Amino acid sequence: MDMRILTNMPMPARRFKQAALLLVAVGALLTVSACREDMQNQPKYVPLRESSFFPDQRSARLPVEGTIARGQLEDDSLLYTGKVDGKESAELPFAMTAADMQRGRERYNIYCSPCHSQLGDGNGMIVQRGFKKPPSYFEPRLVQAPIGHFFNVMTRGYGAMAEYSSQVPVADRWRIAAYIRALQLTQTAKGTDVPAGVTVASHAPTEGEAPKEAK
Amino acid sequence: MAQIFHRSANSIAKASILGGLILVVGLLWAALQLQRSPYFTYAGVARPQPVPFPHQHHVAGLGIDCRYCHTTVEVSGFAGIPPTRTCMNCHSQIWTAAPMLEPVRESLRTGKSLVWTRANDLPDFVYFDHSIHVNKGVGCNTCHGRVDQMPLMYNQASLQMEWCLNCHRDPAKNLRPHYVKEDPKNPATMGDQIFNMAYQEPSDSHPVTIREGNTYKTFTSQTGPDGLGTYLAAVNHVRSPRDITSCNTCHR
Ligand code: HEC
Ligand code: HEC
Ligand code: HEC
Ligand code: HEC
Ligand code: HEC
Ligand code: HEC
Repeated sequence: MDMRILTNMPMPARRFKQAALLLVAVGALLTVSACREDMQNQPKYVPLRESSFFPDQRSARLPVEGTIARGQLEDDSLLYTGKVDGKESAELPFAMTAADMQRGRERYNIYCSPCHSQLGDGNGMIVQRGFKKPPSYFEPRLVQAPIGHFFNVMTRGYGAMAEYSSQVPVADRWRIAAYIRALQLTQTAKGTDVPAGVTVASHAPTEGEAPKEAK
Repeated sequence: MAQIFHRSANSIAKASILGGLILVVGLLWAALQLQRSPYFTYAGVARPQPVPFPHQHHVAGLGIDCRYCHTTVEVSGFAGIPPTRTCMNCHSQIWTAAPMLEPVRESLRTGKSLVWTRANDLPDFVYFDHSIHVNKGVGCNTCHGRVDQMPLMYNQASLQMEWCLNCHRDPAKNLRPHYVKEDPKNPATMGDQIFNMAYQEPSDSHPVTIREGNTYKTFTSQTGPDGLGTYLAAVNHVRSPRDITSCNTCHR
């Protein structure tokens, strides 16, 4: 507001103007403090926020059935199902590096060891508290199973075991499968399996960065 | 003309000016402390939840990793709250008759969501991202406290701007390595230290050894030129305090 106009006005009008200004100021303050609430909880969706629009009150919506996002066609049967021509594959869909194996070990310890134990003998903490005991990975049947079987069990679940595809992304599931293979080998490995000139560390190699991004 | 005021009025006047000032400053200080107090920030106050989910039992008691449930904490801004199915991975067979878990079973039967009450809730005008903190070496318990000792979840920090800035001004003091040299006798040295609730920063009596290339490097202090935090800030390329204290880091 232009102050000059105000001061040139006759007294009563000036009083009125001042009162009006005061009112506007108080009003503005009130609106600002009301805005604070609006700014704190803005009418937008943050992950998992309750929605009053959808009947099930979920703001997280499933895509319309049949929708395929770019890059998610999942047309690589081996990578996404672990199967080739309907049979569990004995091949990996991508080459495993040492870093992949490390990540496999880390993911295995997070998602599988509660039941299967870090050793793989099926005696994890949750089993000790009463969950059905899974078979040991060292059973001949599982030692002979193709690697696609492990991927498949994680992806679809198996008997009493739930599926882990929603918790573990697909590439990590393959890394876990590869790590289980390595665990199985630990039981039968001999000193002569180590190539000449290579020393085996007494501790497992987890230090250093495992690849963080998942496929 | 007779004196209207007694001589002592002088000192009373002075004292009351001083007293008034002290009162005003005191009130301001009290107000500032009050708005930092748990009464306003809710720090340390557990909220009512549909199921009294005990982190203590699941994390310390059973040894379940945070990422088993908070699956996206390393890769996204949002840490993720586990869906009903995740609980049912185990509770399909464990405590299947416990009335305490009835809301979980009902949610699975009917498909209705479990509605948790948030403990940590920033205003919507603040941008926060878990993944960068986790990947650059800030541990969960630096911000959330000893979750493994919480029978019920509460927020440990005030989550006020002051609290964020205290760290952003000197992040090195709070950085930890992802991996330390493994000691088979000490399970806490296994795996990613970000999720280790009992991680201890290096000191003379408790050195921390990490791997650097093909050798090991031992630290006996967190800060200072030889400190672990200083080292990690450099190798993780942590941006300068100037960058991460600028307003548009968090208000965008
Ligand atoms: C909550 C406990 C639990 C967790 C966690 C768990 N499993 Fe299992 N798993 C089981 C049980 C129980 C069985 C036996 C299922 C049955 O026979 O009904 C099983 C069986 C298996 C089998 C053997 C299938 C066969 O052919 O007999 C494999 C392989 C397996 N799990 C892999 C995994 C992997 C990999 C993970 C981690 C991603 C995992 N499990 C996590 C409980 C678990
Ligand atoms: C068995 C699953 C499970 C595991 C393991 C788990 N949490 Fe949680 N967490 C939950 C659930 C469910 C909630 C929501 C209910 C609540 O707030 O108590 C939650 C809530 C939280 C919250 C509060 C979120 C909010 O409302 O602001 C934090 C912080 C948290 N978890 C941190 C951790 C940390 C750190 C770990 C690892 C030490 C961990 N959690 C392990 C299931 C889990
Ligand atoms: C990996 C397995 C596992 C998962 C996942 C899991 N729980 Fe549990 N939970 C257990 C076990 C085992 C116990 C029994 C604890 C004991 O014996 O100390 C338990 C106990 C409980 C209890 C009773 C604790 C008490 O006060 O004694 C509650 C409540 C509970 N769980 C809720 C949940 C909820 C909610 C979820 C999903 C967010 C969940 N759990 C996920 C394994 C699990
Ligand atoms: C730099 C501090 C900081 C660190 C480190 C941190 N958190 Fe958080 N966390 C927060 C803040 C702040 C919020 C509230 C976010 C909001 O309201 O948008 C939060 C919220 C959460 C939530 C609720 C869901 C969400 O994302 O809003 C969970 C669960 C959680 N944290 C778990 C974890 C786990 C597990 C870790 C360790 C890997 C962790 N946090 C590390 C500060 C932190
Ligand atoms: C214990 C230390 C610590 C605390 C507490 C903390 N931060 Fe950070 N924050 C960091 C570090 C370290 C980085 C990484 C800086 C970098 O990019 O190099 C960071 C980066 C960020 C970034 C940049 C992300 C990006 O993508 O550019 C944002 C935003 C952020 N923090 C927000 C917050 C907010 C909001 C809070 C308070 C609720 C908070 N932080 C509390 C340590 C902390
Ligand atoms: C490290 C993250 C971070 C940075 C950098 C930051 N803020 Fe904030 N700011 C916050 C958080 C968190 C809150 C919410 C505090 C609360 O809820 O009490 C906040 C709240 C505010 C508020 C609202 C206060 C209120 O009481 O509602 C203002 C205004 C503000 N910030 C201004 C700024 C300005 C100006 C700058 C730059 C000089 C800045 N902020 C830099 C994290 C940050």
